[in-house]
Amino acid sequence: MSEIDTIPVSLTVNGRKVQRFVEPRTLLIHFLREELNLTGAHIGCETSHCGACTVEIDGASVKSCTMFAVQANGASVTTVEGLANADGTLHALQEGFRQMHGLQCGFCTPGMLMRAKVLLSENPDPTEEEIRFGIAGNLCRCTGYQNIVKAIQYAAAKLNGRTYQEAAE
Amino acid sequence: MNEMVITRAEREARLEGMGCKRKRVEDVRFTQGKGQYVDDIKLPGMLHGDFVRSQYAHANIKRIDASKALALPGVVAVITAEELKPLGLHWMPTLAGDVQAVLADGRVSFQNQEIAFVVAENRYIADDAIQLIEVEYEELPVIVDPFRAMDPDAPVLRPDLAGKTTGAHGPRKHHNHIFEWTIGDKSATDDAFANAEVTIKELISYHRTHPSPLETCQCLASFDKIKGELTLYGTFQAPHVIRTVASLLSKIPEHKIHVIAPDIGGGFGNKVGAYAGYICSIVASIVTGLPVKWVEDRMENLSTTSFARDYHMTTEIAATKDGKVTGLRVHVLADHGAFDSCADPSKWPAGFMNIVTGSYDFPVAHLAVDGVYTNKAPGGVAYRCSFRVTEAAYCIERAMDILAQKLGMDPADLRMKNFIRREQFPYQSALGWEYDSGDYHLAMQKAMDAIGYRELRAEQKAKQEAFRRGETREIMGIGVTFFTEIVGAGPSKNCDILGVAMFDSAEIRIHPTGSIIARMGSKSQGQGHETTWAQIIATELGIPADDIMIEEGNTDTAPYGLGTYGSRSTPVAGAAIAMAARKIKNKAQMIAAHLLEVSEYDLEWDIDGFRVKGNPERVKTMKEIAWAAYNSPPPGLEPGLEAVNYYDPPNMTYPFGAYFCVMDIDVDTGVAKIRRFYALDDCGTRINPMIIEGQVHGGLTEAFAIAMGQEIKYDEMGNVQGASFMDFFLPTAVETPHWETDFTVTPSPHHPIGAKGVGESPNVGGVPAFSNAVNDAFGFLGTTHIQMPHDAWRVWEVARRLGLHG
Repeated sequence: MSEIDTIPVSLTVNGRKVQRFVEPRTLLIHFLREELNLTGAHIGCETSHCGACTVEIDGASVKSCTMFAVQANGASVTTVEGLANADGTLHALQEGFRQMHGLQCGFCTPGMLMRAKVLLSENPDPTEEEIRFGIAGNLCRCTGYQNIVKAIQYAAAKLNGRTYQEAAE
Repeated sequence: MNEMVITRAEREARLEGMGCKRKRVEDVRFTQGKGQYVDDIKLPGMLHGDFVRSQYAHANIKRIDASKALALPGVVAVITAEELKPLGLHWMPTLAGDVQAVLADGRVSFQNQEIAFVVAENRYIADDAIQLIEVEYEELPVIVDPFRAMDPDAPVLRPDLAGKTTGAHGPRKHHNHIFEWTIGDKSATDDAFANAEVTIKELISYHRTHPSPLETCQCLASFDKIKGELTLYGTFQAPHVIRTVASLLSKIPEHKIHVIAPDIGGGFGNKVGAYAGYICSIVASIVTGLPVKWVEDRMENLSTTSFARDYHMTTEIAATKDGKVTGLRVHVLADHGAFDSCADPSKWPAGFMNIVTGSYDFPVAHLAVDGVYTNKAPGGVAYRCSFRVTEAAYCIERAMDILAQKLGMDPADLRMKNFIRREQFPYQSALGWEYDSGDYHLAMQKAMDAIGYRELRAEQKAKQEAFRRGETREIMGIGVTFFTEIVGAGPSKNCDILGVAMFDSAEIRIHPTGSIIARMGSKSQGQGHETTWAQIIATELGIPADDIMIEEGNTDTAPYGLGTYGSRSTPVAGAAIAMAARKIKNKAQMIAAHLLEVSEYDLEWDIDGFRVKGNPERVKTMKEIAWAAYNSPPPGLEPGLEAVNYYDPPNMTYPFGAYFCVMDIDVDTGVAKIRRFYALDDCGTRINPMIIEGQVHGGLTEAFAIAMGQEIKYDEMGNVQGASFMDFFLPTAVETPHWETDFTVTPSPHHPIGAKGVGESPNVGGVPAFSNAVNDAFGFLGTTHIQMPHDAWRVWEVARRLGLHG
């Protein structure tokens, strides 16, 4: 329990190659936040329930609070900091969350956005029910989810070349 | 663009002022992962603190041995009560007038109580060290049931109070009694009951729960020994109060303490108080000379920093046979846990529980509250409500339903019959409040029409008959609620915290080019103040909201304010910002008069500037006036254009609303499906309808959670059950119902812009709406009151007890 040996880890984060030595027990979320200063992903529960730490790893949504950094060796990781388009414009989801008031305190937002990104890559035009099921691993304490659903619908419409039409209440 | 062709409507629209669904300023950084929350802040040499916590709910501490931990490389210090004693910091005063152990002083009184604070080079080593610290306990008998706390033979839970027969709020009746608080005319109320045609009496309990914002409580303390200055970053809903408390406790002069509340990941009342983690981080930074960060984990958050509710309300209503209420009598047994660290204004040990007469014209009422100690976590915060207002609303709204059932009246009709009428405002309630304004009948009727209330009742009747015939296993409930809140604490005549009156403040500074920075005593935790405060200024001063920056949370730059909780931001700070803007406008008018070479009385305000009456072509915009304020002020007038306002509200505000919940319960599974939830809110003037709707959605989701399962439970040994998100119910997008929102507008007559506050209404009104729906569903089978929370297991149990499972 005293001096713990570190081991090398090499991965791609937001398109950039990263190499570091880490303790084997270092959680990926701490590696991202403290080693790489990518503080977008947050820690809300440490037990993989809240999803505030969600990042994308090789195309899958992963809760980075319950994965070791060394398990991401060789992987490609995208965090919210890497979500915007290459030309610097905001991703349709980022735009949608603002337009549809899909966030309040902003703490769950980075995880929610990264989850929604993978959801839309797997199901480009989800129904409300599919969205609600698809984001059930991410908790939000502020919004009641209704506007998050709309934000994701907004982004889906935009990514599909349509203009989002809000359903009548 | 030619300025001349811009229409008045366009000029108005580009301000994005009050009433506009302005998109949020905050979202730009939050959606890009660029918010700055406490745990995002790193300082050079920063250490991490973590607590050794009690495994027992009640025990003497015989020995603490930290030697193995101190020998671990990377461990810098271990602080116990012994280390804090010479500093006088092993106990701290609470907001409620009690004292609380910062670190256990020879005894633990609730599970997970703080025993020692480990400071290490990183959080992993701190956690390792905690495992190495040995604590030897001597177990003591435990009280978790507040109804046993004042038994004659109950163990003494607070030996430090031995012999003290008087507490901060008057006489103590028992060694585990904290206070008794009474209000109202007892003999007149007793008379009303003695002469009543109909009475009801029920124990209505509001279980213990927790605000559980997604970001836990955390801080980063950095003490500069050379300058003798402390910088304290933290998740503070009330940064100035924290600065004052830190100064009083640490003896560091207040001007040498810099409190900074950066972005906050939700508060809901959890982040109002001062916690052991803050004190220990400050001490650790002073001792080590290095910055020390403390970040609570989720289990610590749910089990230590401030629960909510735990109110057990014996409620009686007296009425006539035709349903006119004649009296209300309530006794509350309030479980405050091991220390009374309830976050209330100083003179209000039971908060504003005396709003318990609700929306109804009770001629007489009496309320008594007894606070007791138990071996549970201390706290008693207002979880998204003004102080004890959600308890009061739940109490009266359940009781009105119980009365309706006894009278055989429709619960909506009973409410209509007893509402305070529009012409009675301002209304003096039997328990001492002056309700500022309302039109309850209008709101209720609008809500009933919108949801198709009579049709729903007809459907319910048909379903009940079908259920009795065995054609369905579903029962239908319609939850009716009409709540009145009391928010915006508060007038200095009756509200203070540690002696500081509960005003709030705003400072507005217009720059020469006509853009603005405004600094506030409030502190957003997600409410969107950076967006909405700018909208108020935009309307008041005619400067586009996009040209206005709002800054909160830095006590060095912001004027002193009491912070954001109890829906007080809009009623108090929102008023301050309007008043500060009006001071600026008065000066601007003098400058405009000078520029236009007319008397200031010849000018009138028009959207974004002053124009000469009868000569609308002669105009000076606020932007032009701003330049002149720095360039060519009128002779004798000091240059510059800025103002500060400290607003002491003349009264509270009284938002209200009508909520309806329609649910279908499967009696074989206990699962309740929310078919519809309709929420009509009246928060007076609406600053940003988009944000209001968002607040209502969020508050309703919290209400849904609380009513339908969210609970902090203890076993008989005082072990906290389910202090993680595995067990503590936070609804996901799947369970969360769809919300329908609506509104009426009854402006507050005493508020400068007529706004009342809305953020907490949905929690206050939502909980009784859900609970009334469950009770309404079962009522035809003979139940009168089913205790919350209504999770599927408990609902199934109700069905089983009623013999519905064959």
